[in-house]
Amino acid sequence: MSDTHAQTVGYVRETFIPEQAPPHAVTGPVKWLRENLFPSWFYGILTIVSVLFIFYVLSIFLPWLTGGVWDAANIRECREIFAGDSAGCFAVLTERWHQLLFGFSYPQHAYWRPTLALILLAVAVAPVLFSNLPRGMLAFTALYPFIAFYLVWGGTILIPLVALAGVIGGYLVYAQLVDRSLVGGLIAGVVAAAVIWWLGGFVTAEMPNLLALEAVPSRDMGGFMLNMILGVVCVSLSLPIGILLALGRQSSLPIIKWICVVFIEFVRGVPLITLLFVANVVLAYFLPPGTNFDLILRVIIMITLFASAYIAEVIRGGLAALPRGQYEAADSLGLDYAQSMRLIILPQALKISIPGIVNVAVGLFKDTTLVSIISMFDLVGMIRGPILASTDWNGVYWELFGFAALLFFVVCYGISQYSQWLERKLATDHR
Amino acid sequence: MKKSVFLGTLTAAGVIAGAAAAATLDDVKARGKLNCGVTTGLVGFAAPDANGNWQGFDVGLCRAVAAAVLGDPDAVEFVPTTGKTRFTALASGEIDMLARNTTWTFSRDNDLKFEFTGINYYDGQGFMVPKELGVTSAKELDGATVCIQTGTTTELNLADFFRSNNMNYEPVPIETNAEAQQQYLAGACDVYTTDASGLAATRATFETPGDHVVLPEIISKEPLGPLVRHGDNEWGDIVRWTLNALIAAEELGISSANVADMAGSAGDNPEINRILGTEGNLGEMIGLEADWAVKAIQAGGNYGELFEKNIGENTPIGLSRGLNAQWTDGGLLYSPPFR
Repeated sequence: MSDTHAQTVGYVRETFIPEQAPPHAVTGPVKWLRENLFPSWFYGILTIVSVLFIFYVLSIFLPWLTGGVWDAANIRECREIFAGDSAGCFAVLTERWHQLLFGFSYPQHAYWRPTLALILLAVAVAPVLFSNLPRGMLAFTALYPFIAFYLVWGGTILIPLVALAGVIGGYLVYAQLVDRSLVGGLIAGVVAAAVIWWLGGFVTAEMPNLLALEAVPSRDMGGFMLNMILGVVCVSLSLPIGILLALGRQSSLPIIKWICVVFIEFVRGVPLITLLFVANVVLAYFLPPGTNFDLILRVIIMITLFASAYIAEVIRGGLAALPRGQYEAADSLGLDYAQSMRLIILPQALKISIPGIVNVAVGLFKDTTLVSIISMFDLVGMIRGPILASTDWNGVYWELFGFAALLFFVVCYGISQYSQWLERKLATDHR
Repeated sequence: MKKSVFLGTLTAAGVIAGAAAAATLDDVKARGKLNCGVTTGLVGFAAPDANGNWQGFDVGLCRAVAAAVLGDPDAVEFVPTTGKTRFTALASGEIDMLARNTTWTFSRDNDLKFEFTGINYYDGQGFMVPKELGVTSAKELDGATVCIQTGTTTELNLADFFRSNNMNYEPVPIETNAEAQQQYLAGACDVYTTDASGLAATRATFETPGDHVVLPEIISKEPLGPLVRHGDNEWGDIVRWTLNALIAAEELGISSANVADMAGSAGDNPEINRILGTEGNLGEMIGLEADWAVKAIQAGGNYGELFEKNIGENTPIGLSRGLNAQWTDGGLLYSPPFR
């Protein structure tokens, strides 16, 4: 072999050439530029046009942002200070920030209450969102709705206490009876809770000032606080209801199935704005005059119904995506319906549904701005109504709506990032 | 949320919804507050300021009624309503009166079963043009492009006006007032048309309002006034005559500055004495205190003062009195006599 080789090849290198750095054109920033920005003349032109466009937008936006006026009494003063330049009149935010965040009639000395409620919200949802936190924190999560109600609405502490006592009493009765009959236990639990609330009503009426914070009526809620209240309450209520509806729709019991189907299809077939009008306008005709069925409560019910119908369909998609074998595996293990759902089906179905659920949650949160149509002063309602209608600030659009967009973006982007993190954490398919 | 309220509501819902038309005056007195429907915000007419206090021309009327009935101009619960919710709020009893620049029309009065208790602002559809066009009258607008909000009565009024004057125009349909401002400023149309007070308020927001003029022609009637439910005439009378007292006060020279002096003792003018309760028993006839009108005038001043403070020529909106001047000054304000 080697002999043949020696005759046909004149020269054989016997050592390796030392490694050399790759040419400039295929390494470092140049390579990155060539591959990503100028891979061909067409993309090159696109890149240049895009850069010019970004530069053009920024050259207008940045001076507008940095040259903005933060201290002026009204839009006319702003314009005097600009003297013909185009810059942002951010003085409206300086003067009205508290109205944008809390609405215009929430008492100013009580702003600490919703702020504290928001901070506690972070503590309360943390153990739900992050499973590596101590499970004991869930106790605080369970108490949080009552604390938040007390902080935001005020009044005597007895109201949330009685509500809590009703929930606990109802649960105890249910736990006693559930072994004998699930339905009987549920009914007895609800009745027990109602009795406690009814009796508690006399106690709260007797002592309206016990540990009372200044009471704030619902119609004084407003600003971004109202969006947060509606968003948080409705998302957290609509998720369990949505799961029940999705399971109900798959049920083999015809009555349950058809109730769920009719509910979901009806609610999904009606625009949210229609439901809000029903909550605001039509109910007023049916209720006797003088009764004041809390408007926020009405709106929460309607938005929750709406969102739970959508979430039910998202989860049904997740249930349908599970292979039939999973259901059969659960059955073959001898699990009953509740166990198989809780241990095998729902964990997988919910994981598949996460992007859809988050999509609904983000959409729902933004839809809370629709309440401005029924004369509630959420963030957008505050801007469109009182602030743009004041003679001081009529004509300031970009600054106000930009601020609103920023607030919503921060929250929605946060939700979206959390859901992506959760998907990565729950990923088990070794991709 | 409040579960006890929820249960209470369910119980109460069983009670028949009768006895709705009971005396509103008694309800208001028992409540200690007047529930007054206003807009969610209209420049100069109603809007809360930075401290959350409602200000404006319509708001002034609410405060005057509250002062006349309860003696306190701040005893008002302002219930913001949109164009879509206002009539339901009034019909369902959520509010006692509606002062929300609402046009008095036949169908609202009769079909919707409301009672308009007077007119506090005579509005009408007008035109705004850039000054550089050199147009001084709407009759010179032949061939103009006109920005117009679609689906409104202004659209129909515009068509009628141009047809009856044998002129042509090209409509530029737009959806909202904010969009209209942008289109007009961008030069997409020569003329912008809507209610005259709206034109003035829009013009006030421009960077250079002086470059635009509102033409003198008004092509439609938009009488705006407060309204109450059918079926409680005593309450309707109170709202009607409170408005009349404010108008008559301007005519007779009673203002918030001198009303306390004039009410101190009976003067020479018997009508002033009757309004201010120093003579006769008008207060008793309407079911209020003798000094009801004094308190109403003290709340925010007479009609002229309210006008000047909120929408008059010294405000950024800068509306002139026009039709809203006293009849003695060539306007339409004409209060029936206090006798």
